[in-house]
Amino acid sequence: MESSEDDGGEPLSRLAEWRDVTPLPQDDGPNPVAPIAYKEEFRETMDYFRAIYKADERSPRALRLTRRAIHLNPGNYTVWHFRRLVLEALNSDLDEELDFIQRIANSNSKNYQLWHHRRWVVERLGTNARVKELHLIKSILSLDAKNYHAWSHRQWVLQALGGWEDELDYCQQLLEEDIFNNSAWNQRYFVVTRSPLLGGLTAMRASEVRYTVEAILANPNNECPWRYLRGLYKDDIESLVNNHEISSVCLKVINTKSDYIFALKMLLDLVCYGLQPCQEFRDAVVALWTSDSRPLDPDLATAICGILEHVDSMRASYWIWRKNKLPVAA
Amino acid sequence: MESLTSPTVTQRDQILVEQQVFNIFNTFFNMPPSSQSFMLELQRENHVDYLTNGLKHLAPSFCVLDANRPWICYWILHSIALMDEFVDPELEDNTIDFLSRCQDPNGGYGGGPGQLPHLATTYAAVNSLVTLGGDKALSSINREKLYSFMRQMKDASGGFRMHDGGEIDVRACYTAISVASLLNILDDELVQNVGNYVLSCQTYEGGISGEPGSEAHGGYTFCGLATMILINEVDRLDLSSLIDWVVFRQGVEGGFQGRTNKLVDGCYSFWQGGIFALLKRLNSSKGERSIPVGDGEDSEPESPQTTASSDATEEEGLNMDLSQGGSHSEKGDQQETSSRVTVDNIDHNSSKGRAKVEPLFNSLALQQYILLCSQDLNGGLRDKPGKSRDHYHTCYCLSGLSVCQRSWSEDEDSPPLPRAVLGPYSNLLEPIHPLHNVVLDRYQEAHEFFTRS
Repeated sequence: MESSEDDGGEPLSRLAEWRDVTPLPQDDGPNPVAPIAYKEEFRETMDYFRAIYKADERSPRALRLTRRAIHLNPGNYTVWHFRRLVLEALNSDLDEELDFIQRIANSNSKNYQLWHHRRWVVERLGTNARVKELHLIKSILSLDAKNYHAWSHRQWVLQALGGWEDELDYCQQLLEEDIFNNSAWNQRYFVVTRSPLLGGLTAMRASEVRYTVEAILANPNNECPWRYLRGLYKDDIESLVNNHEISSVCLKVINTKSDYIFALKMLLDLVCYGLQPCQEFRDAVVALWTSDSRPLDPDLATAICGILEHVDSMRASYWIWRKNKLPVAA
Repeated sequence: MESLTSPTVTQRDQILVEQQVFNIFNTFFNMPPSSQSFMLELQRENHVDYLTNGLKHLAPSFCVLDANRPWICYWILHSIALMDEFVDPELEDNTIDFLSRCQDPNGGYGGGPGQLPHLATTYAAVNSLVTLGGDKALSSINREKLYSFMRQMKDASGGFRMHDGGEIDVRACYTAISVASLLNILDDELVQNVGNYVLSCQTYEGGISGEPGSEAHGGYTFCGLATMILINEVDRLDLSSLIDWVVFRQGVEGGFQGRTNKLVDGCYSFWQGGIFALLKRLNSSKGERSIPVGDGEDSEPESPQTTASSDATEEEGLNMDLSQGGSHSEKGDQQETSSRVTVDNIDHNSSKGRAKVEPLFNSLALQQYILLCSQDLNGGLRDKPGKSRDHYHTCYCLSGLSVCQRSWSEDEDSPPLPRAVLGPYSNLLEPIHPLHNVVLDRYQEAHEFFTRS
């Protein structure tokens, strides 16, 4: 195995293996700007890397050198790129490569290069890598359940290699741990809309609506399920408006008179999309208005905008804008 | 109905940040007025010192940014330009020389001398040179080679790869299209299908993700929206849901979060705040209400509401040469190309009120967050209280601040009203061109230069 510790950080100039290579200094010019006070080990490693890269030497020692350079700066995409060329030329063991990437990921999991490299390796390993890969991403997400790169990679693995069977359960588990985790909601949407095993959005809609409504009632101030609910009706607004479950969850939340901003917002959207609200809705909205000084507009949508402008003052200008965009009552 | 269980990770993290931020606000509101005005003052001198030092020397800890040096140049130079300050001529010369060493003989700029050309560092290098301005800086860019580099990065999907064999995402699309537009080398080949790619990244939430299927994110939403405007296809996006998503990213702290239920971060002052600057320009031309909102239009995102208003661009003038994307590389006829962005879509939802330029976000709350929570009084700006300053956050907090200060102005050339600028009026920064995030007059100079040559 290509051990990382084999040269123990000893200066390359002292190693017999590198005696034939002349290090190539960086062409920084006489007066570089944003000049970094490189550590000696960094400068030397990169000088040797430049020499090897220029000579296009795709050798085992070149592979070891890229490993050293990546440890010093995992953001150097040129080094990663060259490493791929060397891996290919040497026909290297890519399972070992995954272990290497894993160690880098443990200390630096938010780096484009690393994840891109991982995708390249897994692509070559094919379906055999799937189980291990999905497991590994889980371990990274267990430390940070919103790691953007990890989620993108996970979606890519599912699409390229499969493994959808347990994914909805996994989303479920993450949402049980933290129902406010929007990345898990997003993944749920991804699974529901794209899994080849679930029959697509239309087949899943009813059960997803039930799940989402429950989540809303438990935490009406959680934006995620509200947006998810809208997402379930993307490209099918008519069904959204016609589903009584949705208007009634709005009503339930509004009637509690607390944490009702998203419920009001959903009701506003429904009305804009053509919902004909019954008196019950009007009464619930009117009951939120406590100001004596200003009467509430008789038009429901206008009234909702007026309340939101007041209670969601961070977005007051948005609600005024929405109010001004409302169709003029016929 | 409140959940009685212990707070989740998201709730706990959020509570901690809110406590810190509200402590700062409470302290501030209990101060005598003289201290308050000091707290709200942009510490220009300290910021410029901090930034200028970065151009001259970076500590060994910056080794991890060794593949991002053009970015460091851009973050610093743009921040300095926002404060209407300059670097001395020698440093300017050195910067041009250094960036030339990052330019690949076959086109594009790498993260340092001898590194592979990369679209993001190309964007950073070009924006740096545009920010420096002058013939020497602008003519140092090899546009022909850069164009062929971009063609090589173009993927069959319509998107772009960041570098040879690199990742494809919305960032790559934006950096490619922004640079090509700025340098007047944008043509049909570069534009082809890029709109499809960006469109496939708009999520059910309304924002835009880095890749199809991923989560809506402030940085990618800015990049995607700017790209669509530059290629003249913005009306293909569902703008009403995009707006609805972005207004909700402004939190109780006044600053923006990058994603739903994530923490506030000063850099989103630009990535999210800048979205409003882009929208404002779409919305303000000819006083037409142009952005459809919550009224069923969503179901037909491609309905042909594209009333071309051929003089929309004149109204915008050079400030926002939206037509540049549409004109592609046919030099000299930018002004003729009509802008399709005046999406006249008011049929059944005619407005009750007339459009006054009123920001759709809370500009003063954001300025308050930037000045009180992101500003390090010793120089530099940061993500949030408790974090350290860095050049990246300095750049994007200041860019966001500039956007805020002009969020009521229809016309970037006239100074904003005092009430638009939180703190002393001397906090006023230079206006930016929001599509490229360079200072407006530097954009204008570059635009003229590259239209001529």
